[in-house]
Amino acid sequence: MSGFLATPVGTVILTVAEALAIVVPVLLMMAYLTYAERKVLAAMQLRRGPNVVGPFGLWQPFADALKMLTKETVIPSGANRFLFFLAPMLTFGLAVIAWAVIPVNEGWAIANINVGVLYLFAISSLGVYGIIIAGWASNSKYAFLGALRSAAQMVSYEVSIGFVIVTVLLCVGSLNLTDVVLAQRHVWFCIPLFPMFIVFFISGLAETNRAPFDLAEGESEIVAGFMVEYSAMAFALFFLGEYTNMILISAMTTILFLGGWLSPIPFAPFTHLGPLWFILKVSVLLFCFFWVRATFPRYRYDQLMRLGWKVFLPLSLIWLVLTAGALELFGWLPHA
Amino acid sequence: MIVAFFFYVFAAILLVSAAAVVSSRNPVHSVLFLILAFFNAAALFLIAGAEFLAMILLIVYVGAVAVLFLFVVMMLDVNFAELRGGFQRYLPIGATVGVVLLVELALVLGGWKFAPDAMSLRFAPVPEATHNTAALGDLIYTQYVFLFQAAGLVLLVAMIGAIVLTLRDRQTSRHQSIERQHARRPADTLAMVSVPLGVGMAEVSVPPPPAPPARRLAHADGHADGHADPHDAGAAHGGGHHDGGGH
Repeated sequence: MSGFLATPVGTVILTVAEALAIVVPVLLMMAYLTYAERKVLAAMQLRRGPNVVGPFGLWQPFADALKMLTKETVIPSGANRFLFFLAPMLTFGLAVIAWAVIPVNEGWAIANINVGVLYLFAISSLGVYGIIIAGWASNSKYAFLGALRSAAQMVSYEVSIGFVIVTVLLCVGSLNLTDVVLAQRHVWFCIPLFPMFIVFFISGLAETNRAPFDLAEGESEIVAGFMVEYSAMAFALFFLGEYTNMILISAMTTILFLGGWLSPIPFAPFTHLGPLWFILKVSVLLFCFFWVRATFPRYRYDQLMRLGWKVFLPLSLIWLVLTAGALELFGWLPHA
Repeated sequence: MIVAFFFYVFAAILLVSAAAVVSSRNPVHSVLFLILAFFNAAALFLIAGAEFLAMILLIVYVGAVAVLFLFVVMMLDVNFAELRGGFQRYLPIGATVGVVLLVELALVLGGWKFAPDAMSLRFAPVPEATHNTAALGDLIYTQYVFLFQAAGLVLLVAMIGAIVLTLRDRQTSRHQSIERQHARRPADTLAMVSVPLGVGMAEVSVPPPPAPPARRLAHADGHADGHADPHDAGAAHGGGHHDGGGH
């Protein structure tokens, strides 16, 4: 068996199987994330949420998917057809390929690369292209306004995300995601770097265009922003991409700050449940995404920019310098 | 074999998209081809074993610089027919720059052939036994730290210059002062009074709150008039109170 897997054909089959082993659970999680979001929002607003299709409404995601599949795809007459369909595919594709480097347990990553953190950062910063291209190719003013808002927003918040990541990397001394998690064996980084954890979480909300930073959609002003001209599966791909990105940002937060698959209870039966701890931590963060959405009104655009450039950027920069100073002063640098 | 195949695939796409950048008519398409070219360059870096450079290329150029390019190109209403009109005027300068670049490229490729001393540098981009991230960090932050800082300073000067050139203090725009809003307490703005029926604010001797600095809403007065009681003064003050309390 292992001899067959070493041949080129075997390698290809193995790689495809590995990819499916992470993509299928992620997509399943994404499907039930939409259900969970509706249920959580409903509970917070004293409603019932989806409860008709299947027991407790559990088949609702599949009913939605079926509906999307059977709808007509409408293409605006002035649209650039190629780019119009490239945009949703790009959004969804980027959201999925980032999972190649996420380690859900020790050694459980498809690609355990040296620059995993940078890869994740690069992929998440590319997500903006799906939105810009969609807004431009739709040939609609609302879509275009949404795209411009989103471009400025994501570029602004990437800056502070970058500094937060650098702060974490200072404490780790490696760009490998597995090393990042293993460096948290003694203390999770959310404790010593608590302000950075908060900055990262809020910037993650902005990076995924989630409430209260969903100005790119802003349905009360620009109807649905960049998605206004999309229907059927093209719309569904944006939807899938947005939710997969939410899971991805939560997974990044888990790896960088919450100790990845490490168990909070440090003895035998619990330390073997790595992937379960990982999923649990991701789920808690996702719940916070919904909680924020149910609680806060949407930011105004100038408030969004003020928060990004005048609050988070100086804060993360100062904390970076403080962290570097503390590591140097107390001799805690990883490779000193 | 497989490496060579992928190298040629990425190199071919890189060259084609680079040619499309300068030849496509729509500037937005040009920027998109530029992004494709960056991607393939990053792939070539990866094949060469420079994974750090590949990721930085993606993050800096594709994730930030090209986004702003695209942003500006999409937003500006540039008349490209007019720009093309200057083609013949700028041809000499453009041709000069092009020729200089071509000669430099030829020199670089010639150096490959005629300077065997440089061979030892060239074929080991990654030092053995260390990641290229660590190797680059070591090089930039220890050996070339002053050049690195100087480059940063140049960028800082450019940034300050851009801000100075474009910053206008617009007196007419309304700014939100979040500190002032937070410092505001209910006692500063609200007065709780129990007003007997049929009596206006003048009779219970509550001074009207200070008028807000800028505009006075016309419809607030109209609204108060609708509720006019027999006392004219009371109606007017009621309108004023409504205006102030609306904040």
